[in-house]
Amino acid sequence: MSLVGAKVLRKEDPRLLTGRAQFVDDFKPTNVAFAQFVVSEHAHANIVSIDTRDAMKMPGVLGIWTSHDFADYPDLPGGLPDLERPPLATGRVRWAGEPVAVVVAEDRYAAADAVAAVRVEYEVLPAVTTISEAVAPDAPLLFPHHGSNSIVTVPMVDDLERVMESCDMRATLHLVNQRCAVVPIEPMGCLADWTMEGLTVWATFQAPHHLRNKLAAWLNVPHTQCRVIAPAVGGGFGAKIVWSPELFVTPLLSKWTGRPVKFMQSRTEAMLQMTHGRDQEHDLEVGFDKNGKIKALRFVVTQNLGAYPDPTGLGLPVLTGWMAAGCYKVPKVQTAFRSVVTNTTPVAAYRGAGRPEATYSIERLVDLVADRTGLDPVEVRMRNFIQSNEFPYETHNEAVIYDSGNFPEALRECVRLLDYDAVKAQQAAHRNDPSKPLIGIGFSTWIEIAGFGPNGSLEGFGHLASWESAQVRIHPDGSCTLFIGSSPHGQGTETVVSQIAADELGISFDRINVVHSDTATVIQGIGTMGSRSVPMVGSATKVASQRLLVRAKKIAAHLLEAAEEDLEVANDAFSVKGSPGKKVGWSDVALASFQPLRLPPELQAGTLEERLFQESPNFSYPSGAYGCVVEIDRRTGKVKVAKMVLVDDCGTVINPLLAEGQVHGGAAQGIAQALYEEMKYDPDTGQPITSNLVDYLIPSAPDLPGFIPGRINTPCPNNPLGAKGIGESGAIGSPPSVVNAIVDALSHFGVEHLDMPVLPEKIWAAMNSNHTTHNANGAGR
Amino acid sequence: MRRIEITINGRKHSHEVEDRTLLIHFIREHARLTGSHIGCDTSNCGACTVLLDDEAVKSCTVLAAQADGQSVTTIEGLSGPFDGLSNVQEGFRQEHGLQCGYCTPGMLMACTALLNENPNPSDGEIRHALEGNICRCTGYEMIVNSVRWAAENAGGPK
Amino acid sequence: MIPAPFTYVKARTMTEAHEALATHGDEAKLLAGGHSLIPLMKLRLATPSVLVDIASLPGLSGIRQEGNELVVGALTRHVLVERSPEVHRLVPLLAHTAALVGDPQVRNRGTIGGSVAHGDSASDLPVALLALGATFVATGPSGSRTITAKDFFVGFWQTALQPNEILTEIRVPITGAASNYQKFTVRSQDWAVVSVAVAGDAIALGAMGEIPLRATAVEAALRNGAAVREAAQLADSDTSPSSDIRASADYRRHLARVLTEDALVAAGR
Repeated sequence: MSLVGAKVLRKEDPRLLTGRAQFVDDFKPTNVAFAQFVVSEHAHANIVSIDTRDAMKMPGVLGIWTSHDFADYPDLPGGLPDLERPPLATGRVRWAGEPVAVVVAEDRYAAADAVAAVRVEYEVLPAVTTISEAVAPDAPLLFPHHGSNSIVTVPMVDDLERVMESCDMRATLHLVNQRCAVVPIEPMGCLADWTMEGLTVWATFQAPHHLRNKLAAWLNVPHTQCRVIAPAVGGGFGAKIVWSPELFVTPLLSKWTGRPVKFMQSRTEAMLQMTHGRDQEHDLEVGFDKNGKIKALRFVVTQNLGAYPDPTGLGLPVLTGWMAAGCYKVPKVQTAFRSVVTNTTPVAAYRGAGRPEATYSIERLVDLVADRTGLDPVEVRMRNFIQSNEFPYETHNEAVIYDSGNFPEALRECVRLLDYDAVKAQQAAHRNDPSKPLIGIGFSTWIEIAGFGPNGSLEGFGHLASWESAQVRIHPDGSCTLFIGSSPHGQGTETVVSQIAADELGISFDRINVVHSDTATVIQGIGTMGSRSVPMVGSATKVASQRLLVRAKKIAAHLLEAAEEDLEVANDAFSVKGSPGKKVGWSDVALASFQPLRLPPELQAGTLEERLFQESPNFSYPSGAYGCVVEIDRRTGKVKVAKMVLVDDCGTVINPLLAEGQVHGGAAQGIAQALYEEMKYDPDTGQPITSNLVDYLIPSAPDLPGFIPGRINTPCPNNPLGAKGIGESGAIGSPPSVVNAIVDALSHFGVEHLDMPVLPEKIWAAMNSNHTTHNANGAGR
Repeated sequence: MRRIEITINGRKHSHEVEDRTLLIHFIREHARLTGSHIGCDTSNCGACTVLLDDEAVKSCTVLAAQADGQSVTTIEGLSGPFDGLSNVQEGFRQEHGLQCGYCTPGMLMACTALLNENPNPSDGEIRHALEGNICRCTGYEMIVNSVRWAAENAGGPK
Repeated sequence: MIPAPFTYVKARTMTEAHEALATHGDEAKLLAGGHSLIPLMKLRLATPSVLVDIASLPGLSGIRQEGNELVVGALTRHVLVERSPEVHRLVPLLAHTAALVGDPQVRNRGTIGGSVAHGDSASDLPVALLALGATFVATGPSGSRTITAKDFFVGFWQTALQPNEILTEIRVPITGAASNYQKFTVRSQDWAVVSVAVAGDAIALGAMGEIPLRATAVEAALRNGAAVREAAQLADSDTSPSSDIRASADYRRHLARVLTEDALVAAGR
């Protein structure tokens, strides 16, 4: 029975379900001390002085350090020249929450008291938190030597004005893809123990080898003296690939105190210090004919980078531009972007990382085209789709060649699962009945760029390379260990690669274990991000297993005195086709593999190990069609998602239960972005005003709908599994379906667009834009 | 400082702690039971949920001193007939009610408390009962399915 | 995340509690369920140096009928009010409102007295109790006094309780009058953006000012025979809702009207 494609329960679960899994804060080595950072309370200020005298006298305080203490160390890696981020704010703070000093104390209670007693004197400077403020003529500059808050500008080659003029119709849209906080339930943290033997760091991180390589360079120690382990990790979503200064500072604190030092953020600290996501504004124009065929697309992105350009953050608008045309054949596409710094938390990857922004905009535009032409939004999509026989499809950008897909089939399946005609009828009926909520229907047909990636792709974000590694090792008893370069944190990758290896090797699932996220045992890895695990490490596992099996079969054939080509392997044993009695167990083959006297002459001992750095010729391109039905309370504007259909095409599915779980989680984040979440700043002071979970609205179970899943399958031609990945799909495809549904519900009010989060008050205001408000005395206003 | 004694999962734990010590820290730092987690600082996320005298509470919002002499059950105290796992734990395993697992301890305790009080909840009742527990990974539907599985299998393996 | 240091005092008797309050004055705060106070202390927005835990005081938890009043001990946890057959039978509004406080974990710890004494106009129970015409019994070192709900809430997080007084009982008239509670939130975990409680002829509003307010204009209009919808339009009269991260004042005014109409209709008016 093949495990690939089967609903196999997870290897990861027993330790997580019993509380035995160990996350960073669960480690408590002897003599461990606790670090906590003093952070800026101002959005923009010069640091005048830092007075630690009172704090130093407090019980349990081991030391307090500021930027002076790190003067011998470089800025954090990956930044832009002259715009690098120091480990601790040096001279100037650039956002409220930027670390300014660090206290180490005997425990977190003493540390909290000492942090509260550190007195920092600031000279407050004017702050800018929005893109428009940052680019205004006399805007205060975060980096005066740079001369501007505009950091990267990539203009358009051709503004497409002539093409637009020649179109029957044109429409513009200004969209805000609002700043979101990533909010993994486990915040950022690390434990550093620098002993005579070297440094070990346990970090809640998505790319431990990447961290080790950069950390060792930064600390100027050889890799032999620097080990990084990501233990159980409580969610990442892209924010745990970032060079948080705490990861660099804490090892030095261990070195200087001679003790293990642990750092663990509180949620408020995490809200301010973990990188944020999204925060793009788009200026869009689309030219189309009256049959809804889109002829030209002009797509201008402005990215808010936050206070320091982050290596990942810099790449986001590039990815957005690449995916600007979505699933559609648009003859003329021009993209441009500008990235600016503001006095806010730096922005980096958040589930989708640049692609949700692209999908949101093109899908809103398609609905706008439908609205203006009077055509059904499903029909407009069908008329503009790239057809299934047009792959590989070269897009407007030479880096982006879509591999495969069947957008019309996905949309048809979505329409079927949604019961579109019935819902439309219900929508019409409700529109005429004031006692019923307004119904809206919204679609999102989307494609995303995943499976990072072809050589050069991740290097552009500062990574070592773009392959992923898998090492398959057979033990003398025929059991198997897979060492993988991925660093899963909820994806279930241990289970998935075990399924693949079990199928290839004929070793039972329970006799396979998986090792990952430890630089001492896994030779090298790139990490878990960009929906790459199944395509990259899954493929690596498959190919490595196949290669190892060739040698195992040689040994088995030798032991059975049979021909290699007649051998089959399953259920932990090799058997000979057509000779039922002839069998040798994997355990015997494995044992023999270490025993030269039992091996065929061409094999030496120890050959049942295979290591592979699997490259990919291209990205992969998951796609899908999502459909959302909303019910809006006519009086309050409150939105209920009544139906959410999620049809995905991720190519080959290794484990349908896990694949669906990924989509649910991503869709939950996408719906939350559409309806609830927004990082907000006080317009006068630049203070963040949504810095905890009371004010930043992460929904809980009653706030989200159930999901109706669907699947089509166009295999990926670029890896041996045919798999595309699915980790970010839900977050990419869902926001526009929700917003499209809301706009659809309100279209008879003349509403053409509402920015996310579409809170009830926004909807109420849109429904009542002609409404005259009354004060208590009844006078009109 | 004061000496606090709390029975956790049937075993007495007695430690000298500061008056301000939160119950979650007594459990994690002093009793060294790290299965219960901390995910926020405003009593929203519920990752710290334990049973205090059989009632689900957010242990980050209770002082250890308030629980002196009382009895706590944490995730480490769950067990049952499914290869050692309770029906709630096994339900989460069967229905993929966890991904990263960080919110899971609080979810399991809240779900255990729910089924203790309401052995056969509807989906709506399950969601309502989990209002105080935030998950960022699952989107909640598979958690609801997990609780339903647990309810249907409360009698043990079939 | 970590409260500032304080001394914890467990009061075993009312006298002990009063003595602790007298000794420490402003520096002391009472602790019952702790689900209003401890979150503030963890953010260091409240830093009392003494906490007097009154949760063990005998006789302050429980629900009983005394003549035409339902008497709920101040230390009664929300979950008990939510589930009490007696409360459901005699003052169902109280049970329905208690069921909406916070989330299940909060309801297992929070107390009705704590919720009332915290004085937050966005809290559910104060609004319902105002509509119910409840009276509160407070005990000081020299004896007890009764304060009407109307007189009890005096300002933002401020009540008529003296620093040395402890709330002991919540007394609610049993009238059998039709009642309903409506609460608007964006996300289920939130405090009310606006709330409305109807109990008989009384209508109370939450989060429409610094304290829970009676919707007197609506009450008067109904008394004068106005239709429900028409009367509900006056819900925001004499209110001062704030504009904050949750909602603008204008939206709150609108919600007050909508929720008032809904509550009245649900109460069968």
